[in-house]
Amino acid sequence: MAAVRTSSEIGFNRVAIVAVLVVTIIFLAPIYWIASTAFKPRNLATTIPPTVVFQPEISPFVKLFTKRSQLRSPPTPEEYAAAPWWERVVFNGGEKIVRDGKGRVQWSGYPSRFMNSLIVAITSTILAVGMGTFTAYGFSRFRVKGEADLLFFILSTRMLPPVVVAIPMFLMYRAVGLNDSHLGLIILYTAFNLSFSVWLMKGFMDEIPKEYEEAALVDGYTRMEAFFKIVLPEAATGIAATAVFCFITAWNEYAFALIMTNRRAQTAPPFIPSQVGAGLPDWTVIAAGTFLFLLPVAIFTFLLRNHLLRGMSFGAIRK
Amino acid sequence: MATTMITTLDRSSRAAARGLSDISIRNLFIIPTILFLIVFNIFPLIYSLGYSFTDFRASTNAAANFVGLQNYRDLLNDPYVWSNFAITAKYVIISVVGQLVVGFGVAMLLNRDIPLKGLLTTLLLLPMMLSMAVVGLFWKLLYDPSFGIINYALGLGTFEWLSDPKMALYAVALTDIWMWSPFVMLLSLAGLSAVPKHLYEAAAIDRAGPFYTFFRITLPLVAPILMIAVIFRTMEAFKTFDLAYILTSQPTAELISIRLYKMAFQEWQTGRSCALAYIVLIMVLAITNIYVKYLNKVKER
Repeated sequence: MAAVRTSSEIGFNRVAIVAVLVVTIIFLAPIYWIASTAFKPRNLATTIPPTVVFQPEISPFVKLFTKRSQLRSPPTPEEYAAAPWWERVVFNGGEKIVRDGKGRVQWSGYPSRFMNSLIVAITSTILAVGMGTFTAYGFSRFRVKGEADLLFFILSTRMLPPVVVAIPMFLMYRAVGLNDSHLGLIILYTAFNLSFSVWLMKGFMDEIPKEYEEAALVDGYTRMEAFFKIVLPEAATGIAATAVFCFITAWNEYAFALIMTNRRAQTAPPFIPSQVGAGLPDWTVIAAGTFLFLLPVAIFTFLLRNHLLRGMSFGAIRK
Repeated sequence: MATTMITTLDRSSRAAARGLSDISIRNLFIIPTILFLIVFNIFPLIYSLGYSFTDFRASTNAAANFVGLQNYRDLLNDPYVWSNFAITAKYVIISVVGQLVVGFGVAMLLNRDIPLKGLLTTLLLLPMMLSMAVVGLFWKLLYDPSFGIINYALGLGTFEWLSDPKMALYAVALTDIWMWSPFVMLLSLAGLSAVPKHLYEAAAIDRAGPFYTFFRITLPLVAPILMIAVIFRTMEAFKTFDLAYILTSQPTAELISIRLYKMAFQEWQTGRSCALAYIVLIMVLAITNIYVKYLNKVKER
């Protein structure tokens, strides 16, 4: 951009920069509000005017992980002094942590749901990316009869509305006892992500020059050896990007999880909304749960920033 | 005989003779995926096609009776279902147009030398990566009539976003626009940066005005990529379930997938819901087909 700019152009540029900043602030405001509510004392979460400056607290996270009950009377000074710090912050909110007969702290439903999300998302990602990488290589390097139709078939399985697939899957899972199981969700998410992983990985495979493997074949490698020793290392970035996308999709998925699980294998997305019951919800606890749940995705988004375009367009736009 | 064998061996490389043939490797790599997708995506659909001709209810042990096309006839004559489709169409139009305007607009603003442009772009893209269900839930607090920050920021008093039947669908669409404008922005930015700079320089030499430059140079060149964004978002908006289901229970915001969910898992009209699922399925496949055809056309260029 060596061209001479007129003063009006420079003026417009300044306006545009200010506009971009304003838009960014508006777009990030809801996310900021989640993060800040997660550190507020309960009475400051729903105030008018909204509370922006406050003393951050850790109590929403303590409450997120524990079962609590209302305190009938304030704790005595001895009780207060004997309590660990994480119990005191709950006392301050007029509640106490529920313990069982042996004095063990009772966990809330959140940690197990978070673990379920991790188990299901990680396992299904490994399966989808593993199978997808092989299949993409097959489509990329060999002539396949009806390749375009097969690839369309693979893509179309991903385009189905989740509820449409969920109705028969629910009946089938009920028949074989896979309802509310990790395995059931893992299979669903693997199937869901597999098509995506094939499409994206095919793009990455197409970019690896065929000559690399051909040279290896000439050197006496078998096709399998060439695939594992030459192609896979070359495709590492693509595999990592695909894996992160699959993880995020499985991590965020709601409809299947809502229909297929209710307790044992329930993941965080259907659990977090179920906490909002009839009464006045404690938004600080919901914000804390949401904050922890969104954190991995936010980190991954930064790691993925150079591959977002490609991933979000199913590999259609590569730049 | 012996000579032919030797020539065959010579023609293929030594390695190929040692390991698996290319054809078996190809089959080994591709067939498991195809089988997996057939078993877990196609077979269930065949299963539900069968049920769509019955009066089966998954909540009872009563055997399913074959009712022929009755479910399809009832659904297509049900004004309630038609209104769900109309609501969905309205929702798709509002949210896709909104995303197009906001996303493309922000991309136009970003398409210049801006300090920290990379960081700003990534921050702007954050909403679309997050869970619709979980973030959607939090928008309930933002929309709250008495203590939501949206009413406070806009000075709307106790404006009802989600419990007003007229407003609920727009509120859901607004959240969807917030989440998915970044997607249109991302694609638009790619399109805008691919417009050759010399075209703008030529237009400047010819003293072309900004409107002329925009409508005759920018828009036509970005149009194909915008089209991808529009078709993709149309498809996704048509399928929307999470956001609308979590944000509101207003009948005026009952999208077709919510109707389908209620029919299948709350009213337990399993047979009928399978029929409705098929009607939706055919619509989605039609849009997908257009999308893939268009993708292939764009790729060829």
